[in-house]
Amino acid sequence: MKKRTKTSRRNAFTYALVILAFAILQAMTAAGAISSSLKGMLVPICAYVVMAVSLNLTVGILGELSLGHAGFMSVGAFTGVTAAVALQASVPSAPLRLLIGMVVGAAFAALAGFLIGIPVLRLKGDYLAIVTLAFGEIIKSIFNNLYVGVDSHGFHFSLLSDKTNLAEGGKLIIAGPMGIGGIQKIATFTAGVLLVLVTLFVVFNLVNSRAGRAIMAIRDNRIAAESVGINVTKYKMMAFVVSAALAGAAGTLFAMNYSTIVANKFDFNTSILVLVFVVLGGLGNMLGSIVAAAALTILPEALRQFSDYRMLVYAIVLILVMLTTNNPTLRSYLDRAKAAVTGKRHEKEAA
Amino acid sequence: MTFLNFLINGISLGSIYAIIALGYTMVYGIAKMLNFAHGDVIMVGAYICFYAITRFSLPPLVGVVLAMIVCTMLGIVVERLAYKPLRSAPSLAVLITAIGVSYFLQNAALLLWSSNPKVFPSFFVLESGGAAKTGVELFGGQLKISYVTIVTIAACVVIMLALTWFTGRTRLGKAMRACSEDKGAAQLMGINVNGTISMTFAIGSGLAAIAGVLLCSAYPTLVPTTGSMPGIKAFTAAVFGGIGSIPGALLGGLLLGVIEIFAKAYISTQLSDAVVFAVLIVVLLVKPAGLLGKQIREKV
Repeated sequence: MKKRTKTSRRNAFTYALVILAFAILQAMTAAGAISSSLKGMLVPICAYVVMAVSLNLTVGILGELSLGHAGFMSVGAFTGVTAAVALQASVPSAPLRLLIGMVVGAAFAALAGFLIGIPVLRLKGDYLAIVTLAFGEIIKSIFNNLYVGVDSHGFHFSLLSDKTNLAEGGKLIIAGPMGIGGIQKIATFTAGVLLVLVTLFVVFNLVNSRAGRAIMAIRDNRIAAESVGINVTKYKMMAFVVSAALAGAAGTLFAMNYSTIVANKFDFNTSILVLVFVVLGGLGNMLGSIVAAAALTILPEALRQFSDYRMLVYAIVLILVMLTTNNPTLRSYLDRAKAAVTGKRHEKEAA
Repeated sequence: MTFLNFLINGISLGSIYAIIALGYTMVYGIAKMLNFAHGDVIMVGAYICFYAITRFSLPPLVGVVLAMIVCTMLGIVVERLAYKPLRSAPSLAVLITAIGVSYFLQNAALLLWSSNPKVFPSFFVLESGGAAKTGVELFGGQLKISYVTIVTIAACVVIMLALTWFTGRTRLGKAMRACSEDKGAAQLMGINVNGTISMTFAIGSGLAAIAGVLLCSAYPTLVPTTGSMPGIKAFTAAVFGGIGSIPGALLGGLLLGVIEIFAKAYISTQLSDAVVFAVLIVVLLVKPAGLLGKQIREKV
């Protein structure tokens, strides 16, 4: 039998864990052993997991800090839902409509990622971070003032005020600051888990390919990578666009779980929330992102008994986790413990 | 005349941004970290001043000084407890900690002072002949300048002059510049690096308190999230002018304020934020290290 590498074992473990979690949660739902508040959070958890994994591609694998990831989620949410609403009559099957919505959302987010990537990827470090923040805010502003309607003549767009002048029987889909209302909630937990698996598949395959190795080489040393003939712009753009597309699909999934969606939902705080998932889960560690996203989405809910104090507790937990995981003494202790464990395993293998 | 009015309003708003941006830029210069909690220090300062004036009916000036003292202490305590243990940690870890501190301050404010908006008292009012005046009128009433505007711009000028003198002429200021240049070398020269960093946080937070009071005097609604958007804008201003540079923070802040007011007046109120950020992007494409930032050559 072909010996599998450590990475592929780890990836298989990640897939298995997601499927196992899905099976357990489905069984619990069937048995009615799950609280209604948790049940309502299953789809958002999936969306946040996809967001975290996709941002991890930008921050952990490409090594560029992005503070505007919610912008891509926003693009995906608005375009995907618009597509789904417009197709409501012609495509009766809800799962198919959801799929089309996600594909459209991903495509538009990828386009946005490409357009934003042209200027952004020329910059470095904190300057790059601030420009992604700026783009996130611009996207929020635009969707807050965009009006899109559909009637028998096709789509109508207008900015700032509703000048769409729809014909009889037309429907205003995006209503500026009111966002999209009356969405059919067609997102399901199954669809969410499928999207998570697709995301993992895309990311793992990208990371383990020639392109992925090029991307990581750029992260580790851009000049060295350039000097061995790696096209830096191309590979940076590739990672950025894939990350944006996945975020777009997550945005569609997220939006389809609520009856109304407004642009202000996808603000700077959402970008930061996802970044917290990525950093706590570990840079470049997809399994970590998944666990962190799921745990931190449930945490405020689990802290409900502290009622008013829960966000305060959340903040303190966040600070303490960062302080302890980065404490030099604790770190060296953990490293030694790890070395001891893995060292023993090597000895066993040798024996 | 309306143009001049907008320009003055823009400079006034820009002065507030500049004062906040100074805190960001000094901390970045010395600790190489983006202090996301800075915006919330502004909010704390404004609340302290608000309660000092309304609840304890202290004179406004005492309220401002009290706010400055509390914010300075807050800055030092936060630095000691949350940032100092992470001096050698990767910058992302520090960033997330700063975000944690920001959440903490916002939610603590929510618990202490509730989410009900407070109306900040306007204390820049002069009594003249029985009628309360809030500003001066020039050119037969065509040009109105409120006292808040005048005080804001004056405060910004004074703070800039004081900081320039402080960093250029005093021992502590020179120590600060030395630390931001090279921490190791500064330590070898006998400079107390940790003390200097604490001092930088203290100065930045004290300035944030002033900015909070000025901000809430001009835009008098006070809620626990008051500081976050001006914080982000000021951070943008600091990057705009070249982060780490004190004159850059002033220039960036003023430009950002003027652009924002002009965009509100001549383009669209709703899209003004988008215009501000679009200008930032264009500037960074032309000058990738900001207007007055140092362009660092890469050595291979």
